[in-house]
Amino acid sequence: MVMDFPYIVEPRRDSGLYNAKLGIWLFLASEVMLFGALFSAYVLLRVGAEPGMWPHGWLNIPIGTANTVVLITSSITTVLAWVSCKLRQYGRFKFFHACTILLALTFVCIKSFEYHDKFTHYEIALANGKFADGHLMEKSKDFDLEKKTGSVTIHGYEVEQRTELMDLHSPEARRRPREEITLPAAEIKKMERYGPWHHTYLAIYFTLTGLHALHVVCGAVVIGFLWGPGTRMWRTEPERFTNRIEVSGLFWHFVDLVWIFLFPVLYLL
Amino acid sequence: MSDHEVTSHDTHSVRGYIFVFIALLAGTGLTVWASFIHFGSQEINIAVALVIASVKAFLVVAYFMHLISERKMIYCVMGFTAFFFAALMGLTIWSLAPHSMVTPQHVP
Amino acid sequence: MEATLQHPAPKPGHEAHGHEDHHDPGFWRTYIFSTDHKVIGVQYALGSLSFLLFGFFLMLLMRWQISKPGVPVPVIGPLLEKALGSAAPHGALSPDLYNSFGAMHGTIMVFLAIVPLAFAAFSNVVLPLQIGAPDMAFPRVNMASFQAYVVGGVIMLASFFIPGGAAQAGWTSYSPLATAIPTDGQTFWIIGMVFIITSSLLSAVNFIATIIQLRAPGMTWMRLPFFVWAQFVTSFLLLLAFPPLEAAAVMQLMDKVAHTSFFLPTGLAIGGQLANISGGGSPLLWQHLFWFLGHPEVYVLILPAMGIVCEIIANNTRKPIWGYKSLVYSVLAIGFLSFIVWAHHMYLTGMGTKVAVFFQATTMIISIPSVIILTCLFISLWGGSIRFNTPMLFALAFLPMFGIGGLTGLPLGFNISDVHLHDTYYVIAHFHYVVAPGTIFALFAGIYYWLPKLTGRKLNEFWGRVHFWGSLIFMNIVFMPMFAQGMAGMLRRMADGGANYSAAVNAKGGAEVIGGLSSNIMEMHTWILWGACILGLAQIPFIINLFWSLKHGEKVESDNPWQATTLEWQTATPPPHGNFPEAPHVYRGPYEYSVPGHATDFTPQDEPPK
Repeated sequence: MVMDFPYIVEPRRDSGLYNAKLGIWLFLASEVMLFGALFSAYVLLRVGAEPGMWPHGWLNIPIGTANTVVLITSSITTVLAWVSCKLRQYGRFKFFHACTILLALTFVCIKSFEYHDKFTHYEIALANGKFADGHLMEKSKDFDLEKKTGSVTIHGYEVEQRTELMDLHSPEARRRPREEITLPAAEIKKMERYGPWHHTYLAIYFTLTGLHALHVVCGAVVIGFLWGPGTRMWRTEPERFTNRIEVSGLFWHFVDLVWIFLFPVLYLL
Repeated sequence: MSDHEVTSHDTHSVRGYIFVFIALLAGTGLTVWASFIHFGSQEINIAVALVIASVKAFLVVAYFMHLISERKMIYCVMGFTAFFFAALMGLTIWSLAPHSMVTPQHVP
Repeated sequence: MEATLQHPAPKPGHEAHGHEDHHDPGFWRTYIFSTDHKVIGVQYALGSLSFLLFGFFLMLLMRWQISKPGVPVPVIGPLLEKALGSAAPHGALSPDLYNSFGAMHGTIMVFLAIVPLAFAAFSNVVLPLQIGAPDMAFPRVNMASFQAYVVGGVIMLASFFIPGGAAQAGWTSYSPLATAIPTDGQTFWIIGMVFIITSSLLSAVNFIATIIQLRAPGMTWMRLPFFVWAQFVTSFLLLLAFPPLEAAAVMQLMDKVAHTSFFLPTGLAIGGQLANISGGGSPLLWQHLFWFLGHPEVYVLILPAMGIVCEIIANNTRKPIWGYKSLVYSVLAIGFLSFIVWAHHMYLTGMGTKVAVFFQATTMIISIPSVIILTCLFISLWGGSIRFNTPMLFALAFLPMFGIGGLTGLPLGFNISDVHLHDTYYVIAHFHYVVAPGTIFALFAGIYYWLPKLTGRKLNEFWGRVHFWGSLIFMNIVFMPMFAQGMAGMLRRMADGGANYSAAVNAKGGAEVIGGLSSNIMEMHTWILWGACILGLAQIPFIINLFWSLKHGEKVESDNPWQATTLEWQTATPPPHGNFPEAPHVYRGPYEYSVPGHATDFTPQDEPPK
């Protein structure tokens, strides 16, 4: 007779936990340290930046708020999906977790839109020492920065100093009109997209949100699996299945938790 | 845990979860609104944002993740984690803060 | 004791378990894709011992270069040139190749050899058995963890053969050098590290959950063998300290491939040219995040060894360990404190006095529980009826060797003396003493001790002693001179073995020059090289013994050949799938040896009370 494998479903008395629940909490502890290190990096980079050279307002607040609402809603649907499992209401479980998955996809779509916005946004150092900044409208067919041929058209503005591009929440920045500007290649010294290489703020933004989005995708895949092929276990071992929903739900709440801090830190402060 | 014990407890819980959900939405609105108010110094804005975020985080962890009804074991694990996270952030920033260094880091 | 596997009628809901003993799972599921902790433990052991040997060869090549800079390596030289091309011109090590060997020797030894052996292999083989569990809590996660380790190892090995070669910025991979070096080897290193870290994290979660959840009835916390406590704390160190390094690795990867400036400061110039980066980053941020892992990592290297030594000493003194409670509280204290000492690796980075004093204080404090553990183990010998078998010889040698390693850490822990000793060979001697005649001796002891449980055959005692004496003598010949070299000012990571420094002495006609290295110091290189070669030869009996004993070793006369008290010896040899026919019940502590009035001089933990 081979030893039974204990505490897969029923909790152990002294810890009050079944195995997988302890496992996921331990894993989440390591994730706290992972994101914690990145947040520490954020603080250090910001504190160490030259005065006036740390950006404000580079991210769209309404869009970020929308994403926050999306994730918070997905958290409640996750909890309700678990409650439905506990109450053996299969139909409602399927409904709530379908919502969770759709909300996850919505989050990723919105994030992709934001990333795309950054990758089409350029800072252009001009030969006359000024700076142009805006979204790329078009590049002429013969545009070549090396050979100094052609031109680019951006939708943005020109400023005297680079520091003026940092705080977009300042009254001066708000008053600045955006217009179409065409720049011949000959006038351009350097042209750089708002990618992670452009500023340490963007570096930490892309890294933090990128890693977070990776966690959103992985969480959605796991929940998707449990929603689809994984439901086979519902018929044979409903309590063990419910535990899987709880454990994956705990991971999902953690993903929401990280965003609860990411949003104010990156978008608002 | 049998199916039957669960029913009344969870009807209460569902209402509780909805309440937490609404509180989280309210907290989100509050933090966005507060970010547009100038509290005098940037430090206070940061503190306000972090306090609101912490309250929201507490609600998620305590109620959605059921931490409030967990036993000592999980508290121990997360307690130590929180301490070491604080140590990582705190000691690193303290070490690298310009006044702590013999030669400040960034070039003026 | 024969374990007969009787198949119970499948309980409802247990079909999902997959009772593989119903049908033969085949070669692949049994030996390659196994979820059985014992198989995974052996897989980890074979992998890590192979990497240990490989890392040793890298060191031999480096010692040749240090001793005879620019001279082609005998025998291996032409092979190197064929494999690596211009990196090994005429079979000699170029400085870049030397640097890559240095970086990879450290990385491989720490992350691919010692940690997988001490932590993953030994825990997997012994832990579930010692606590009376059927397997690890998450067997499939266990398998995944090993697979991640293999992937990480392959990536690290592959990096030697890409253009530009393997990583060359030290095992510490400091920025901006790590980003500036024009080789993709650094990128391979980072990606390899991510896989290795993932492997360790999965193992840590698994082992902690197993210890908390799967202890047999009656196995209370204070009845756990100290080996289990040691692995428990080690798991927490890995769980919480590795992720910041993973975060830092991601950031360094971004610096390398996405051209970010996380760790690259404003105004950085590479090769005389201003780098085309945004700047604004901090090289010290990398160091803080690295050493936040780096320091707990060294405790990861030593704690499992202490656990192994404790088991073997108890067993071979035939008396209880002295100070069990002190050992437990000390290992918990070490675990906690190890998270807040890390900047003692960074005393020379320009930190202010208050910060230095803080880290110096915590560093001094952490030495106390370490000494307590060593003291308890020493005192445990007093009045013992000592059996000097091979495992015990290695375990006994561990004590003074770790003592030397630990004590020589003190001048490094003090800020003021570290200013002189930092980045010298003194540091190399210190940490090698702790890990090489320290941890590795404990691991050898553990292999000689526990292999009979898996194979039913003992390793040959005579060749075990040859292995022991050869290793002990020549480890000391290799590493003891390095203290002197370090104190004389010989720096680490110099591809020419300090020839430039010694040239300063010779230029002045042999007169003492500050910073110059005397010929006595330089001559030690030859001793060290010979010592290392013979040390390598001394491992051959061990390797042969290991494989020879599988078929020809002396068969054990019982399931408990060492007459031990702990649970792993109270089941069949080898333990069956599921480990115990039924869950053992534990009635007493782990070291009940020589209990007065008992028929034998050991009382197993699961023996029912009279």
